[in-house]
Amino acid sequence: MENRSVVKRLSFLWQGLDPSLAIILLCLVVVGNITFLSASSGTVVSWVEQSRNLATALIIMWVTSRIPIKWLEKISLWVYLVGVALLVAVAIFGLIKKGARRWLNIGVVIQPSEIMKIAMPMMLAWYFHKKDGMVKLQDFFVAFCLLLLPIFLIARQPDLGTAILVFAAGFYVILFAGFPWKFVLPFAVIALLGIVLIVIFGDAICAKGVTWPLLKSYQQHRVCTLLDPSSDPLGKGFHTLQSMIAIGSGGLFGKGWMKGTQTHLEFIPEKHTDFIFAVYSEEFGLFGNLVLIILFFLLIQRGLQIAASAPNLYSRLLGGSVTLIFFTYAFVNMAMVSGLLPVVGVPLPFISYGGTALTTLGFGVGILMSINRGRRLIQT
Amino acid sequence: MARQNDSYSSLETFQSRIQIALWFVMICLFILFFRFFWLQVVKHTKYSTASESNRIAIITTQSQRGLIIDRNGIVIARNFPSYSLEITPAGVNQPIEELVTSLNTVIKISNKDRQNFYRSLQGAKKTESIALRNFLNDEEVARFMSRRYAFPGVEVQVRYFREYPYQELGAHLIGYTGRVSQKDREKLLAELEESSDETNSDELRPIKIKGIQQVGKIGLEQSYEKELRGTLGYSQVEITAGGRVVRNLSSTAPIAGSNLSLAVDIKLQYLMEHLYSKRRGAAVVIEVSTGDVLAFVSMPTYNPNAFIDGIDADLWKKLNDSPEKPLFNRPLRGTYPPGSTFKPFMALAALEGKFRTPEQGISDPGYFKFGNTTFRDDAVNGHGFVNMRQSIAVSCDTYYYILARDMGINAISAFMKDLGFGQISGIDINGEVRGILPSKEWKKAYYSDPSKQAWGEGDTISIGIGQGYNSYTILQLAQATAIIANQGVVMRPHLVKMIEDPITHQKSLTVPSETTRLNIKKENLAVITDGMIGVNQSGTGRVPFAGVKYPVAGKTGTAQVFSLGGKQYNAGAISEFKRDHALYIAFAPADKPKYALALVVENAGFGATAAAPIARQTLDYLMLNTWPEGVPAWKTAP
Repeated sequence: MENRSVVKRLSFLWQGLDPSLAIILLCLVVVGNITFLSASSGTVVSWVEQSRNLATALIIMWVTSRIPIKWLEKISLWVYLVGVALLVAVAIFGLIKKGARRWLNIGVVIQPSEIMKIAMPMMLAWYFHKKDGMVKLQDFFVAFCLLLLPIFLIARQPDLGTAILVFAAGFYVILFAGFPWKFVLPFAVIALLGIVLIVIFGDAICAKGVTWPLLKSYQQHRVCTLLDPSSDPLGKGFHTLQSMIAIGSGGLFGKGWMKGTQTHLEFIPEKHTDFIFAVYSEEFGLFGNLVLIILFFLLIQRGLQIAASAPNLYSRLLGGSVTLIFFTYAFVNMAMVSGLLPVVGVPLPFISYGGTALTTLGFGVGILMSINRGRRLIQT
Repeated sequence: MARQNDSYSSLETFQSRIQIALWFVMICLFILFFRFFWLQVVKHTKYSTASESNRIAIITTQSQRGLIIDRNGIVIARNFPSYSLEITPAGVNQPIEELVTSLNTVIKISNKDRQNFYRSLQGAKKTESIALRNFLNDEEVARFMSRRYAFPGVEVQVRYFREYPYQELGAHLIGYTGRVSQKDREKLLAELEESSDETNSDELRPIKIKGIQQVGKIGLEQSYEKELRGTLGYSQVEITAGGRVVRNLSSTAPIAGSNLSLAVDIKLQYLMEHLYSKRRGAAVVIEVSTGDVLAFVSMPTYNPNAFIDGIDADLWKKLNDSPEKPLFNRPLRGTYPPGSTFKPFMALAALEGKFRTPEQGISDPGYFKFGNTTFRDDAVNGHGFVNMRQSIAVSCDTYYYILARDMGINAISAFMKDLGFGQISGIDINGEVRGILPSKEWKKAYYSDPSKQAWGEGDTISIGIGQGYNSYTILQLAQATAIIANQGVVMRPHLVKMIEDPITHQKSLTVPSETTRLNIKKENLAVITDGMIGVNQSGTGRVPFAGVKYPVAGKTGTAQVFSLGGKQYNAGAISEFKRDHALYIAFAPADKPKYALALVVENAGFGATAAAPIARQTLDYLMLNTWPEGVPAWKTAP
């Protein structure tokens, strides 16, 4: 009796937390933490730090899940405007590190492009929600303008990786809002053709002295090393080659936890951040990868389900976009580590080390939970 | 309520798109899974071979550190090859502690070696080779090689170490290198991160610095670390599971560091260090037209060779605890009241500010009363009538007490600032201190107690004779002397004159081309020079400079370290470290100045008796090439 009343009194803590989302998340976090222990092999400090980052992300998730989705809707425009203002500030006063101007010192150093990953879908969802029921073609034009302004600012920092992710986040909203397929398909076909051409004529266009229009030399270099990682074994191709060896040598069931020779012999750079998947894959093999893929699929499936049954357009668009962003992170990361995509700095959700990305992710899951809670509150 | 706003068609569109998205996700994930299947099942054998038997590692090749050469081509810092016993943790098949213990039975490994090794081991990569012991002799190498099979992961390697052939000579200016510490590594990483070199990818950066074993810790070795170090070479090699190199795949040759050609004349430095014999002090000699620092003396000194492989704890304690402070870089970091050497600058300030004419004089009774305080002159009964020239020559305190009062602190500090007093000279060695140029603002900022913050007029009086709050480095004093010798043209003092590219052998001047010209009247400088010539002809410097064969301008100084509170000075009765400092500044030849110098002999008493003789012998060598008796002849090291 006594116990039950305590449970009852504490029940507000998990009320509204979607159980299936929470369980999937928990599994991912456990997998991530175990892998991180191996990747950081013994350096206790960063493991403690990562656990602290995780705890922070979970708290943010919990807090966000309590926020009624209506409130988010109300602040969407402002979050976007502040985000854009910060990006402009970065362009003017930003700190330069490694030749890129991405950071802003406002007492603490922040990276405003990170805010846009959430602010962008919020803004566009808000915009389409306003126009609900009478979305016209020119509204999509406005939406693209709203999307491309921050993209332009981020791309010229330069930070191609983040620009692509923010673009994806916004583009998902536009697609979910009903952007006609007839406008999407031609672009898709051109992109596909481009990729095919690059693969076929890679040698010619990557020859010495050939410079590509529009792209910076390091971006060209990245594409070229993707086509042939062994062309630059000591430079940009080094880690792709090494992580492919790590994944490939993992085999069906992996070498066992903490036993990844490739990763423990320091051949994998950034092995606890962007390349942590190489550690996981080497130690747990194809079987482990399947588990991870299924976990991500369940996460996305549940997210899309929540979005589909959300009560209003704002929540639907936001929920759908946030879910697909998780997918984009996971897919791009695993594809890049296994040599399918060029190396862009994208972490593996809930597994890679890093406070900022985890915070953004925690916020994203919180939004999904809040959307889900909103639905249930309306039903009852 | 929200539902009412929804149009049915948008909901329908949305749900169909959710379906499409789910399909898209599934297809992508399937592609991923297929990729993993391809790598982990189809190509598994290939990659597992690559991973198991042929691990690719990157090993670095040391670059030769640049030489440090004096202005006449004498090498004062060089490299010598030596055998090191090194461990690559990845190749070791037993606990490292046990390995070290069993190695000790073959080659003696001291506690210091062990400590250094374990310190380097922390945070090091497993494929990195770490020195356990350096400087093996041939016998030790032979003994290890015969038992090498028993120690997988252990190798004898040739490493280059720094060597200072002249031992203590010029130790403070050259500095030394030492084993790279964790802090050094972080600094090196940050330095690479700052550089916009496109080849500095995130994964190459740690590799680029991991092979750096020795870095400059202090002195020129530290200040010119980047130039001296060069660029490491690196090769991609295949190593066995045991960590041994199987085959070289590709390599980039190291680029040797640049050589530094100094402005310093090491032979002059040698002479001056000998002239100090056992005394403490600092001296700086500057070539006035260029700002070349010809000698940079800090006495006593220490042997930088002791630091190369990590200094031994006892010696470190001894050096560190010595009251003589041999590790202290005196010309760069020691500040002293300039004493009477300040007077020529005061006189110049008075002329430039039109507070005095050269002929204006005072009748000196031997003291100056200001309020209730009596400021005394060295000459108890006074110097009689003195004009400006005489005031410099005989070092009349009373003249400057009155002058300081008439000028006021604002005019004094404004003028002295231009001459570099209390300012960073910008010499090319890290760690320079400012000293104190007294001013109202300085005092206010210095004292936290408000009752002490206000500038009293009495404070100004002793400023006039280079006492009171005045506190400058000998470098600043030499620089100020060089500026007046150079007719007001300011040349930044520098120890390094040229940097020589190791490949092209092209030498580039590091000497700053930009100069500042102070607006000082020639006729005013002539008055000061006259007074300073008088010092050595008939004034306080006449004894040490008796019979001098070239025109020389100088000024003696005796700086109180310890306030006597009006009591009679008795050197024997107070402890040695509280005795007065002896100072001297000079430039020669006085008519067309080539050299300027400033020096202090700590706690040695009168400037005329302790400091001026060193200046005389130094200048005799520079001007006439006469080598003083009693100083052993210079011998170039083999």
